[in-house]
Amino acid sequence: MWDLCTNALDTARLRGAAYGDVRVMHLRQRDLTTKNGRVGTLSQCESIGLGIRVLADGAWGFASTDRLTREGVAVCAAQAVSLAKASALAKRSEVVMAPEKAYVDSWQSPFRKDPFEIPLETQLELLLAADAEMRRVKGVTLTETDMQFRKIDSWFASSIGSRIHQRKVISGCGIAATSFQHEEIQKRSYPNSFGGQHSLQGYELVESLDLMRNAPVIAEEAAALHSAPQCPERVATLILGGSQLGLQIHESIGHPIELDRVLGQEANFAGTSFLTLDQLNHLKYASSIVNVVADARLDHGQGLGTFAYDDEGVPAQCTDIIKDGKFRGYLSNRETAHLVGLDRSSGTMRTESWNRLPIIRMTNVSLLPGTWDYGDLIADTHDGILMETNRSWSIDDRRYQFQFSTEIGWEIKGGKKVRMLKNPSYSGITTEFWNSCDAICKFDHWTLWGTPNCGKGQPMQTMGTGHGASPTRFRNVHIGTAFSNQ
Amino acid sequence: MKPAAKTKKASTGARTEAAELLHERELRRIVGTVLRLAKSTGAEETEVHVDEVADALTRFANNAIHQNVAEHGLTVSIRTVVDGRTARATTNRIDEDSFRAAIEASLSLARSQPKDTRLLPMPGRQRYRAVKRFIKQTAALNAEERARAVRRACDLAVKKGQVAAGIYSNGQSQSTLGNSRGLFAAYRETHSEFSITAQEDSAASWAKANSADVRAFDPQKLAARACEKAHLAVNARELPPGRYTVVLEPAAVLDLVGFLFYDFAATALEDKRSCLNERMGKQLFGQNISISDDVYHPLQQGAPFDGEGMPRQRVLLVDRGVPKNLVYSRAAAKAAHKQPTGHGFALPNEYGEAPMNLVFAGGDSSIEKMVASTERGLLVTRLWYIREVDPYEKVMTGMTRDGLFLVDNGRVSSAVRNFRFNQSIIEMLKNVELLGPAVRATGEEAFEMVAPAMKVRDFQFSEVTKF
Repeated sequence: MWDLCTNALDTARLRGAAYGDVRVMHLRQRDLTTKNGRVGTLSQCESIGLGIRVLADGAWGFASTDRLTREGVAVCAAQAVSLAKASALAKRSEVVMAPEKAYVDSWQSPFRKDPFEIPLETQLELLLAADAEMRRVKGVTLTETDMQFRKIDSWFASSIGSRIHQRKVISGCGIAATSFQHEEIQKRSYPNSFGGQHSLQGYELVESLDLMRNAPVIAEEAAALHSAPQCPERVATLILGGSQLGLQIHESIGHPIELDRVLGQEANFAGTSFLTLDQLNHLKYASSIVNVVADARLDHGQGLGTFAYDDEGVPAQCTDIIKDGKFRGYLSNRETAHLVGLDRSSGTMRTESWNRLPIIRMTNVSLLPGTWDYGDLIADTHDGILMETNRSWSIDDRRYQFQFSTEIGWEIKGGKKVRMLKNPSYSGITTEFWNSCDAICKFDHWTLWGTPNCGKGQPMQTMGTGHGASPTRFRNVHIGTAFSNQ
Repeated sequence: MKPAAKTKKASTGARTEAAELLHERELRRIVGTVLRLAKSTGAEETEVHVDEVADALTRFANNAIHQNVAEHGLTVSIRTVVDGRTARATTNRIDEDSFRAAIEASLSLARSQPKDTRLLPMPGRQRYRAVKRFIKQTAALNAEERARAVRRACDLAVKKGQVAAGIYSNGQSQSTLGNSRGLFAAYRETHSEFSITAQEDSAASWAKANSADVRAFDPQKLAARACEKAHLAVNARELPPGRYTVVLEPAAVLDLVGFLFYDFAATALEDKRSCLNERMGKQLFGQNISISDDVYHPLQQGAPFDGEGMPRQRVLLVDRGVPKNLVYSRAAAKAAHKQPTGHGFALPNEYGEAPMNLVFAGGDSSIEKMVASTERGLLVTRLWYIREVDPYEKVMTGMTRDGLFLVDNGRVSSAVRNFRFNQSIIEMLKNVELLGPAVRATGEEAFEMVAPAMKVRDFQFSEVTKF
């Protein structure tokens, strides 16, 4: 692979590129699903190709190909340079890149069991057994299970001399039960909605989930939700379960801190951000107990945003985003770092595949654990609502106003969970919401959740991001808006 | 086996051209090779999809090009059947060893599962209605031409003291499907798109068009429209949330009603996750709402066959407000004692089928007439981040974006801060007062459809944001 990389970089240089970086990527994926006791999807795919990004005439070009011959790669590199020169026809300033060292390294994400080595029969047997457990519950009308495994090898080389090989193994698994009764559809998912939990792990992730114990629990909850009272509309104390909080972090902290958004580069599609450059080190983003980091290092955990180097050849880092409630940092790359006074990229350039340009992406954007025991948090809540497992999510294109709904809610009275509530939802303004946070559970309750489906960029790229979170309490939140006046 | 990009042009400065797609005889050769290898490996039946794409996209922001990309890729996806079991394996390498490896992976996956009693034999040879959606002028558009058009759009924004961001893209793709029962289907198309957001102070507006034929839209006219509306959008005032009469431009209509498409899948009803469960044949929407699925409509794109190679049929889904018909894959049709409609996804899958070429019947009004007939209401350019809140009542939430305007006494009077909505699509389609002509609508939330602008009463906005 290194020969292909060198060939591409040499061609780009000869055609006039001042800088180039190239990625050869080999992606393997296996998808298994079941529905109502039958196998649904059963597929495997493999893709290998090369993408090269170059800087020529002070502007960017990127081209990709799956034609991995000497000639094919040379044509691709030449096309990237031509595209850069075309970009220069409509440029207004020169690209300036923060300095970075050259690295020669090889890294593999840790895993105990290679999911591609586990017999398919074993994987399907588990899914079908969990599916059967859910179907045993009266009132359940649809059962779904899924597993997804990926193995990604990438060879990165740049014209400053880096040669980095990384191998990542990613696993995902989840189950869901749906109940249609009385003109109403209710659904419960485990361990999270939209495909379950996903992380940078091997098959040990699936084995840790205990699907068989949880399948009847969610199935019974799905059926029971029909007779639960509607979540009221009012201003109330809200406790969010960890997975829902993970998505709240993703939407209302992770996206606004992307520096390409802040600088208007996503204005036409993904949107911009309320976190204009003057807010850095000044904005009181959250209450003083809130500490958020963007941490791609393995020390933070095996999340979907964990790696050794980003796709621009910058080592994984931990960046303070919110420190004691104050806004302290953005997600940057080599091109944008200097615009916020940094002398180095924060290492967040990531690409979906060999045929996509790396762009600024969340890594693991996590709320650091607090001090509360979960039982104490519930006991300390006189009157509130606990919401768990995302059902819908939406936020404006500058990331101020959001609304989420969850699959299930629980009314808390006098420090106890007293009854189930259906159709829970809450809404608010990002900074008002985070400033109302008054209790965060400790590390014992903290999970690094995986969001596998974050879309951004044109052409669209889907990326996995990590979000560490534990159950957390917020005061004076507007709840029930989604269903008011329906 | 794949042709190189045109190196002569690529080597002479800023002119680049997209890679040429493989000729149909090459695709037939790939399909034939896979079928031959699969037969010798023990597959009882085999289906091969060959998909190829050559796309380029120029992206601009802050009045300059900041990303400029091109890709060329080809995948060969192989489904085998053995002893009543089926599975799929896909590769993007087109040598015989890679085909063999994919066939073996597919067989191995297939053998790992229980027998599928609903699995049907693959379909035999079919007849397809011709559609012509490959326009050579679109395929020929090069990076320099895109850059010059972008430059002109950005210069317009600069002249008006605004900041422009957007894309200009073009490309070509083809899909080929063959199976061991003699079925062979091939389709190729071109696609092009221009989209622009113009920003003035804290206000913004947007315009977008796409087509198989790059000559069908003018980037400069789209830029002018976005710039003009961005200027109108400054100094937005805050209004209280509540129910308003709205004039929804086609992009806003599309991005909402686009969420209905899967509800018309027979499998979705069988799974009891469609909002049409227990509602077929009833007056669900207003009498002015009729919806078809029609891949042959002149404003539509897409192949005239489905994931199993069945010919797509035109299906009347909603007739004057009454849901009348569903779409069926072969398996769903057999289960329901119906005929397949050519809307199945590639097997194996759990979703069955869906109409992907929705066409709404339009009316004879216009946005200008709708505004003129509105005493007090809101003109909505575009919606954003739409998600389903209630799957049965089809309540959707989302935000307005890039141009929300107050209509007072039949005239647009001022810009308004963006609202969050929580609105049932079913209720909305009961409250449509006026319809414009159906156009090829394009947004960012739903795939393209043929849809009209609509004037809708009692549209529910629940909260307001800060801009």
